[in-house]
Amino acid sequence: MNLIDDLISPQWRGTYTLFKKELFRFWRVAFQTVASPVLTSLLYLLIFSHVLENHVQVYEGVPYKAFLIPGLIMMSLLQNAFANSSSSLVQSKIMGSIVFVLLTPLSYVQFFIAFLAAAIIRGFLVGLSIYLVAIWFVDLSIVHPLWIFMFALLGSALLGTFGIIAGIWSDKFDQMAAFQNFVIMPLTFLSGVFYSIHSLPPFWQTVSKFNPFFYMIDGFRYGFFGQSDISPWLSFVVVLAFLLGLAWLALKMLKSGYKLRA
Amino acid sequence: MTDIKSVPAVKIEKIHKRFGQLHALKGIDLTIEQGEFFGLLGPNGAGKSTLINILAGLLKPTYGKVAIMGHDVLDAYQAARMSLGVVPQELVFDPFFNVREMLRFQAGYFGRGRENDAWVDEVIENLGLTDKAHTNMRKLSGGMKRRALIAQALVHKPPVIVLDEPTAGVDVELRQMLWAFIKKLNNDGHTIILTTHYLEEAEALCERVAMMKQGEIVALDTTANLLSKLPGKNLRLTLGQANLPSTLLPMLKNGENGIFTLALTELNQIEFALSELRKANIHVQDMQLIEADLEDVFMSLVGEQASSQNLQAGTL
Repeated sequence: MNLIDDLISPQWRGTYTLFKKELFRFWRVAFQTVASPVLTSLLYLLIFSHVLENHVQVYEGVPYKAFLIPGLIMMSLLQNAFANSSSSLVQSKIMGSIVFVLLTPLSYVQFFIAFLAAAIIRGFLVGLSIYLVAIWFVDLSIVHPLWIFMFALLGSALLGTFGIIAGIWSDKFDQMAAFQNFVIMPLTFLSGVFYSIHSLPPFWQTVSKFNPFFYMIDGFRYGFFGQSDISPWLSFVVVLAFLLGLAWLALKMLKSGYKLRA
Repeated sequence: MTDIKSVPAVKIEKIHKRFGQLHALKGIDLTIEQGEFFGLLGPNGAGKSTLINILAGLLKPTYGKVAIMGHDVLDAYQAARMSLGVVPQELVFDPFFNVREMLRFQAGYFGRGRENDAWVDEVIENLGLTDKAHTNMRKLSGGMKRRALIAQALVHKPPVIVLDEPTAGVDVELRQMLWAFIKKLNNDGHTIILTTHYLEEAEALCERVAMMKQGEIVALDTTANLLSKLPGKNLRLTLGQANLPSTLLPMLKNGENGIFTLALTELNQIEFALSELRKANIHVQDMQLIEADLEDVFMSLVGEQASSQNLQAGTL
């Protein structure tokens, strides 16, 4: 990273340093932040594919095991992007070390970019690790790699941004855990990770369409199979709209100094 | 264009800060010139930390303006923060990194790259942290963490350094070492603003002090002038088991364990005190005449109530 350090112009060095610090922070505890979610996803794959392989076929010509993998990748990617920004912020607020960043000339936009970029990298790293391990067990095609990349990017950015909001708002770990357990977890599990929404009754299909996680996972899966529950373009628009809305809120909170600068 | 050498290091104009019903700062006006060693004194709740946090951009004032080296802390916050190094009061640290990593990150936030690494190493050496440069922050003792906090405030070479209670809870040896280091920084041209509960510290280090009480500055002068405002001396008498005669009680400043300190306004009161002791047949085991110190000034300005709440063994 020394070469990058030298190439970065002084006005972006602050942003880059905060980004690098956030990367190092999660990499120092990579067993917890990367290896653990990869293992959890592989256990899901092992158990669900073993139980349901011969009972469920969601898309024509796509084994259930293969169908499951993009959903599991996206679920872990989203959860870890959220966990990165939120846990870092809450921890540094509680420990008081956030002051070291607040005392610097970093602007609220630079602060946002650095935390967001680190969240995206962690999400990608976890997602890529699951993919690389999973393709040892399952023959997984890639039909539209650009859609895969686009939804991975938008999804991790959206959850990274949501993590920033949750991290700023939460004053203790308990509140943070409530976000994870009562918002992120249900929305990911009920978004079509393990099933197609066409397998649901009409009422629950309608409910699922209010869940932004559904669009991220459905669009991501389209990149692998060229098949999805709804058009990837519609998913793209919905996810982008949610991202812009949350980014606006996060930037507004940071600009006002909400819960950071009284 | 403003000449950077002519602007004050810190200019505080009519600063008010309210937290709901609490009026924490009530119109503070204060100018600190470049190169000064300035002390900010006051009991808990006087508003010292609130004022420091406004300087540092951690709090927004309800009303008023603050400029660091001519840069407004709100409108030109980036230039203001580049000019300021703050040593927080609490021993906060990032548990993921060692001392050198943490200092390099801190310098990086201020736009400093690898060209600054030599300065970081110099700060590490000057603060006696060389042996601990690769030690995780979590594993440092309290004193070492305090040194690392000071180092963090210096990595971007700020002209103005604020130390919020830098020697709170440190042992005598480290306190002396930190005093010498802070004095050296001042001699090198840095403006130093020190908040402290230790009046002895302010007296030893600060050229000028502001004393705060309930969100207001109640005294602002050079340390020498403040001390000269109280011409009186203190007479410390060691009487063993005996009690002080009632005629001397109006002069009593404090007394415990058989040691009584009398506040004198005139030197001939010494003879009066000794004659009263002789009349009461009390044997004086020891006697010392002590100059008035900042503590006396503080007590006379802030009043008995604040002092008795906060005065503990020579500290406020």
